[in-house]
Amino acid sequence: MAKTPITLKVNGKPVDGLVEPRTLLIHFLREQLNLTGPHIGCDTSHCGACTVDLNGKSVKSCTMFAVQANGADVLTIEGMAAPDGTLHALQEGFREMHGLQCGYCTPGMIMRGYRLLKENPNPSEDEIRFGISGNLCRCTGYQNIVKAIQYAAAKLAGAPVKEAAE
Amino acid sequence: MNDMTPSQAERAEKLQGMGCKRKRVEDIRFVQGKGNYVDDLKLPGMLYGDFTRSPYGHARIKKIDATKAKAVPGVLAVLTAADLKPLSLHYMPTLAGDVAAVLAEEKVLYQNQEVAFVIAEDRYAAADAAELVEVEYEALPVLVDPFKAMAPDAPVLREDIKDKTDGAHGKRKHYNHIFAWEIGDKEATDQAFKKAEVTIKELISYQRVHPCPLETCQCVASFDKIRGELTLWGTFQAPHVIRTVASLISKIPEHKIHVIAPDIGGGFGNKVGAYPGYICAVVASIVTGRPVKWVEDRIENLSTTSFARDYHMTTEIAATKDGKVTGLRVHVLADHGAFDACADPSKWPAGFFNIVTGSYDFPVAHCAVDGVYTNKAPGGVAYRCSFRVTEAAYCIERAMDILAQKLGMDPAELRMKNLVRKEQFPYQSALGWEYDSGDYHAAMQKAMDTVGYQKLRAEQKAKQESFRRGETRELMGIGVIFFTEIVGAGPSRNCDILGIAMFDSAEIRIHPTGAVIARMGTKSQGQGHETTYAQIIATELGLPADDITIEEGNTDTAPYGLGTYGSRSTPTAGAATAMAARKIKAKAQMIAADLLEVSEYDLEWDVDRFRVKGNPERFKTMKELAWAAYNRVPKGLEPGLEAVNYYDPPNMTYPFGAYICVVDVDVDTGVTKVRRFYALDDCGTRINPMIIEGQIHGGLTEAFGIAMGQEIRYDEVGNVTGPSFMDYFMPTAVETPKWETDWTTTPSPHHPIGAKGVGESPNVGGVPCFANAVNDAFKFLGSTHIPMPHDHWRTWMAADKLGLHG
Repeated sequence: MAKTPITLKVNGKPVDGLVEPRTLLIHFLREQLNLTGPHIGCDTSHCGACTVDLNGKSVKSCTMFAVQANGADVLTIEGMAAPDGTLHALQEGFREMHGLQCGYCTPGMIMRGYRLLKENPNPSEDEIRFGISGNLCRCTGYQNIVKAIQYAAAKLAGAPVKEAAE
Repeated sequence: MNDMTPSQAERAEKLQGMGCKRKRVEDIRFVQGKGNYVDDLKLPGMLYGDFTRSPYGHARIKKIDATKAKAVPGVLAVLTAADLKPLSLHYMPTLAGDVAAVLAEEKVLYQNQEVAFVIAEDRYAAADAAELVEVEYEALPVLVDPFKAMAPDAPVLREDIKDKTDGAHGKRKHYNHIFAWEIGDKEATDQAFKKAEVTIKELISYQRVHPCPLETCQCVASFDKIRGELTLWGTFQAPHVIRTVASLISKIPEHKIHVIAPDIGGGFGNKVGAYPGYICAVVASIVTGRPVKWVEDRIENLSTTSFARDYHMTTEIAATKDGKVTGLRVHVLADHGAFDACADPSKWPAGFFNIVTGSYDFPVAHCAVDGVYTNKAPGGVAYRCSFRVTEAAYCIERAMDILAQKLGMDPAELRMKNLVRKEQFPYQSALGWEYDSGDYHAAMQKAMDTVGYQKLRAEQKAKQESFRRGETRELMGIGVIFFTEIVGAGPSRNCDILGIAMFDSAEIRIHPTGAVIARMGTKSQGQGHETTYAQIIATELGLPADDITIEEGNTDTAPYGLGTYGSRSTPTAGAATAMAARKIKAKAQMIAADLLEVSEYDLEWDVDRFRVKGNPERFKTMKELAWAAYNRVPKGLEPGLEAVNYYDPPNMTYPFGAYICVVDVDVDTGVTKVRRFYALDDCGTRINPMIIEGQIHGGLTEAFGIAMGQEIRYDEVGNVTGPSFMDYFMPTAVETPKWETDWTTTPSPHHPIGAKGVGESPNVGGVPCFANAVNDAFKFLGSTHIPMPHDHWRTWMAADKLGLHG
């Protein structure tokens, strides 16, 4: 199948790619760029394991063609830690609050949390629950994910972080 | 010891050993997207496989034509049963003593069954070509209702074994019958029912569900023709068993098979067995000489690889009129689908369903199970529970509520009256188990006190009265349950898989600097083994958990073990870890005695060191002893410091718990809101309370999914309806209730550290608790048993049936 050239920015770096028109963004990221943080969990846009940030929005990268990302600015889990390796507040929060178990939903969940906190830096518990309802987790029961996002919200706001995981 | 020596407590805290909320070491890679799951693997020249599947529930295959598929650019080959048959690989043995088709030969027996395997350069080409394999079918009558399976005119499903009168577990009664299994004293139980003052009888069905981990089943097979070696990476909960099975099936010597389970994105029982995809990927790699990846999609996962439950339990309890249970009788009709692919220990075709007497002191009981074939996907795995234990817990806990209703007793009071008493442990159950330890009454009382049980009942009563007066359309339900799990399979005397005893193992190697690598035969799928096993070693050996690497999943390096399912890791490999550590400690003590020039018996253990009794300033730390083990060992002792232990548990462990749930049901919409859920768990010694709480949250959420909506449904012609996240209920953060957790601690007397395992308790206890809560809301209106799942529609229907909609 004929391939189309695309140019985009991924985790702050310019990237060129050559993709079939039908190549999904998730496959482009995982297989051509070796960014295997975003995962595939359902193929139907329900689970959110493939969530990345694209032009300031949370996007399920299994439901977007790579060609549609031409010119876009994409942030994946691999771009979350600081260049010196310091974890982002969300990454730290997920570990501190035991917000993950098998780790499969975690990259998508953190990327969704990232955009959620940009949109609403001080969300209530209900707002967090609603805000991550496009991302499924089979292990944690969400309670500690909510706490992880609260932890990150507090940390990003410079407030003292409270309460360890149960 | 001098003023500079940190206190015992300070030293113990530094170790991050058992009992502390140690943060997980796994998380460092997972939160950065650096986990290593199967689909992340990329090998040079790797190919992709995809299946052509049956659109029919039951049909004869007249012809398969792969011409068009093979013409798709990038397609290398298309495998069918005709290709596998000369290798005797068109069928594979199941763990249950049956065989299952790898690729359908003459017939398909369920929808989405594997018919052809396409191998291509990339996954898109493979998917394209799988659509182009032309299969001509002749539709056959379909059997989806297990109650019709043994009718005289039922369609013959398994032509390959239709004349076999003996199955893996004795005589077969019908060509669609798999096995009959019974346990208990039938005569004494029948007598108890004859004499009973009160009896109840109910058909309690547990619907077909699916474990549905977020990562589906997948593998990469790579066969090296020059060396004659196969490497198989896969989502395997039991990698060593997969290696043995692969060797037995393929005839490749076991030492030339390298099975590797990397990070696994959840398992919940789905990833125990072997699937056609694994075999086809291996064959494809042998045929092409290149690595082959197979990844199932979500619909394939939900509709083909290992469902759970589909258990239909006709349940009777005999009791005195003041509420003392005197007998239990259960008959189960078990729908195993088209092949018997249950993943139970060999001698237990119905798993440990005979835990069905639950937490109650039944003097007699009898249980019989009939397994049947239907035109549905094979399976019957333990979805986040020990083998058939959630079925048993749902059965007995619903039945106890139905009995309470008949007696006009409070369900908590009925339970209190019948719970096994503390002084009865170790307790011999009427169906053959020896419960190891428990204080059930204390746990139940604590649960009731914490939630304010009597107050809740008073509130419910007031609400019922206002409902009757027409002042509210909302009903309040209170679910109460008490469960006993049976986990940690298991003792070699009664538990094996394919003849391999269900021990588990740990190998611990202390390096000269006191750093440690330890390997186990289990395999974490999110349970946090890399964190918790290190905590056991830290406490046992006085070396910091942060200096201990835990490795699992590579069958070349890990000692043989039976894997992780049935909450067995802590009871078996956790025990092996402690026992191996104790061997090391014993050797270290000899070295310490030599260095300190005292007798071993003059030494005592002190957190992280051996010290001379009565002279604590003379000591050797474990770290010093590690160095000495490689530097200067006493005469006659080998250098080095390592040990391996294969732990054959003397008994199972029996975690238990008391759960209480409060729901509010809108009778006009069927919407059920969980107002409160309180879970008290006793899993014995607690290794990492943070991880335990996490396991309980997750298990309760899965229980919520099952009880409130999950079902793999089939229509009358065998179409599996809704096997995607569009229809299969996956609770999101919005629906999921908030969990209150609590605990008591009753150590297991036979486990080296007293731990019992916890991962599955919340699913076992959670499901009946939600079900009892919804049923409890309606029972004052005369309803006895509303079956699961309690989704809005069914709950509305239940209300409608009671005439609540005018």
